Parts: sequence; C-alpha cells; structure tokens
Amino acid sequence: MIELHKAGYSYGQDAILRDVSLQLAPGSFHFLTGPSGAGKSTLLKLCYGDLLANTGTVKLLGQDARDLSRDALAKVRQRIGVVHQDCQFLDHLSITQNVALPLSVSGRDVEAEAENLAQLLAWVGLSPRAHALPPELSGGERQRAALARAIIMGPDVILADEPTGNVDWEMSQRLLSLLLELNKMGKTVLIATHDLGLIRAAKAQVSARVLRLTDGSVQLAGADL
Amino acid sequence: MPPTGFTVWLTVFSAAAMAFLAVFALALSLATERMSVRWGQELARTSTVRISAPAAQETLQTAAALNVLQTTPGVASARALSDAEQEALLAPWFGADLPLDALPIPRLIEVVEAGAGYDAEGLRARLAAEAPGAILDDHTRWRRPLIEAANRLRTIGWVSLLLIMSSMAAMITLAAQSALSANSGVIRTLRLVGARDSYIARAFVHRFTMRAALGAGLGTVLAMGAVAALPKADMAGGFLTGLGFSGASWLLPLLIPPLAGAVGFAATRAAALRALRKMP
Repeated sequence: MIELHKAGYSYGQDAILRDVSLQLAPGSFHFLTGPSGAGKSTLLKLCYGDLLANTGTVKLLGQDARDLSRDALAKVRQRIGVVHQDCQFLDHLSITQNVALPLSVSGRDVEAEAENLAQLLAWVGLSPRAHALPPELSGGERQRAALARAIIMGPDVILADEPTGNVDWEMSQRLLSLLLELNKMGKTVLIATHDLGLIRAAKAQVSARVLRLTDGSVQLAGADL
Repeated sequence: MPPTGFTVWLTVFSAAAMAFLAVFALALSLATERMSVRWGQELARTSTVRISAPAAQETLQTAAALNVLQTTPGVASARALSDAEQEALLAPWFGADLPLDALPIPRLIEVVEAGAGYDAEGLRARLAAEAPGAILDDHTRWRRPLIEAANRLRTIGWVSLLLIMSSMAAMITLAAQSALSANSGVIRTLRLVGARDSYIARAFVHRFTMRAALGAGLGTVLAMGAVAALPKADMAGGFLTGLGFSGASWLLPLLIPPLAGAVGFAATRAAALRALRKMP
C-alpha cells in the first residue's frame, strides 16, 4: 500500500518531518494527529506524491515515489482517494461533474457510469444537490462531495486531510460513519485530524491506530487516546 | 476548462486577420506566377520589327521587310499591324482619340516564331540590306528582367504567406501560455485527481484549434469577397493580369482555415506540454 521509511521533508531550512517510518497495511484504519502546524498535511502529501521526501523513501503502491514519471504518478493517484482539506473543486463544474472528474481524466465513459455516480451521490446524501455548483454548498456538503470524488474510482486507500475541519459535530459523525463504512469494505483509511473527540468516537467503533506527530516524528499514541 | 471571456474573441480576431492577409499573399503569389508564365510564353514566341522611315518610304519598306520575314526559316508568320491595332496599343498611355496620322509613329510588324526560332543576327543583316528602316526587337533585352521581377514577387508572396502562418503560430502560442497560466489552479486540481499532462493539454489544444480554424474561416471568406470585388484585368486595360484567383485556384484559399487549425493545434500542443512540464 503506502510505506514511508525514514522519510523527511523540509520547507527551506525548516525540517517539518524527520525520519518518519510508517506502513499503511491493507484494510487498516489510522488517525494521524498532532497540533496545528505539526506537519500532518505535509505527511499526507508525501503519501499521495504531491511532495517528494528530501530524505528516506516513500513507496506508493509498491513504487518509489522518486522514480515515478508524471504519467505514472497520475496513474497511482487514480488508485489513491484523497479528501483534501480545501476540497479542491472546479467551481465552474457541478457537484456531479466534480465527483465524476476522476472518471473523465482516466478515460472512462462517464455516461456509462451515470447510475453508479447517482448511487454514490445518494450514499453521501447529495442527490438533491447534484447540479449545484461547489460555492453553493455548505461545508458539510462540500466534504461529503469531496469524499464521493475520492472513492469514485474504487481506490484501495483513502487519505483524508482534516475532513471535519469546517463542519459541526453532527456532520463530523456522519462523515466518520461513511469512512468507517468504507473501511468495513476493506479500504485502508488514514485521517489527519486534530479533533480528539472524533478519534475517540472512532475508536469506540473500530480498531484504529492513532499516530501522533510531534517534533517532526511519528509515534504511536498511547491508551489515553 | 472554465469558460473564458472576451479573450476568446481576441484569438479568433487575430486568426481572422492573419487569414485575411494570407489570402491576399496567396493571390499575389498566384497572380505573379500567371504573369511570369504569360510573359514568358507570349514574349518568347514573338518579336517586333519596327519600321522607322519617312512617310513616303514606309509602305515600301514595310513590304520589303514582310518579304524578308516571310522567306526567313523559323518565322511562322509576319503581319503588319493596322492603324486601329496600333491605336489600341497606344491608347492606355495616350488616350482613345489618338491622331495617329499627326504623329510620326513607326509601323509595327508582329513576328511569330516557329519551331526552334530564327537566326536573329542573320535576319538583322538581311533587313538592313532590304529595308534599312527596319529594326528587329526580339524582346530578350527586357523579357528576362520582367520575368525575374515577376518570379521575385512570387517568392515574396510565398514568403509572406509563410511569415503570416508563423506569426499566427506565435500569437496562438502566447495566448495558450497565458491561458495555461491563468488556469494553474484548475490544472493542479486535475493533476490531483489523476489527470495526465496529455489529458490537460488536450483541453487547451481543442479550444485553440477551434478558435484558429473559426477565425481563419471568417478571415478567408472576407478576403475572398474582397478579392472578388477587385477590378478585372480587362478593366485595367490588359496591363495587369489582375490580382485575383482564376478558375480552380479559387479553391486554394479554402485550404487556409484547415491549415490555420493545424497551426493552432501544433502551436498549442507544444506550448501546453512545455508549460505543463514546468508546472510543479
């Protein structure tokens, strides 16, 4: 799946990550927590090739990220679903078109997948908003749409960067339940969040590994979490 | 890609303007080619004998010159131009009401060559003996410079066409680069969901190819209309062959829109892939 071995990343002179070793086993559920600015998003970006580690190695689906050509990286990204912190929608396209974007760019026939697309939107509760534009959606609706787009290609790994950052508790629970459902289907899930309440709620339902990012390194969180 | 505003019309307008100029450059090239061929063909097979003699001698010397010409090997025919024909030749310069009898205009004899032609030096010698006032002009003196000038004009026309297409490619490249830069956010999102550079480039290539072809189509139609409205060769007194198209050559400008589309395709694709390689 995704492996980091003594990976490090620096923004200029600032070392954000140091000697991070991490392995996301198939079907596992992980939380990555830490204070704001600890490097959670940076670590997630290493996990889908948006950044290249300065030191150590990062393997994406068995391939060294440094050896991937741009086209090869594109192909890997089609198999890793990412829920970005800022959702990354195209505001001139409807939610349906945004969710279908991975299908379009991979050359699949969007028309032929229309039924699957509708079912997916219904699953995340966005059927009534299928034709709305991203700026017209609430925070929770945007996160659910981002989740739908992340899983439309049936990836084996789902990475979510602060998926509950801009939503209320009720919506957080709803998003969490969707992710838990995906994990039950065998997907590997990694959620970067500083929401300890969310982590505790998840641990009550699933055997989740909690990784704490402190001073640039990752440690397994103790039983207090 | 997001819809663009008025800038789309700038690309269309530029392509239309370039195509408009291209049609005229093409017309110039074809017209000068016709002119070159016409001068080469007509003048190569004809000569003129000019009889400059006092009025009392003119008829006699004309008859003597005709006799020499008709007995010269390589001369297919020789014919003295009538007063009306000479008047028509001089009309473009002196006007229609030319008092020929009041002017000392030499009698002209039109000579048409046959086969490999005649011996010019030998003919001059015979004319000097039989009709001293007869001067042979075999047109070589001024035929070559005219043909060279026409050929150069034709080359300039084709070079102009090439420059116009190159300018179109440059303008489309600049427009495509600008569009790519303005859509960097869209490109980033597409890459994050797994789009390859070829997919992203295709969106721009399609858009700019269509704009180039559409603009070029408009410009070509307008230019063909303008060319059709130009005065005809006979209205210009036959001095020019006419800057325009004739017969099947009217189909040639129709190649400009697809050519512009091809230029747009190549220029945008190259610009897009180059820019995408540089984008993180």
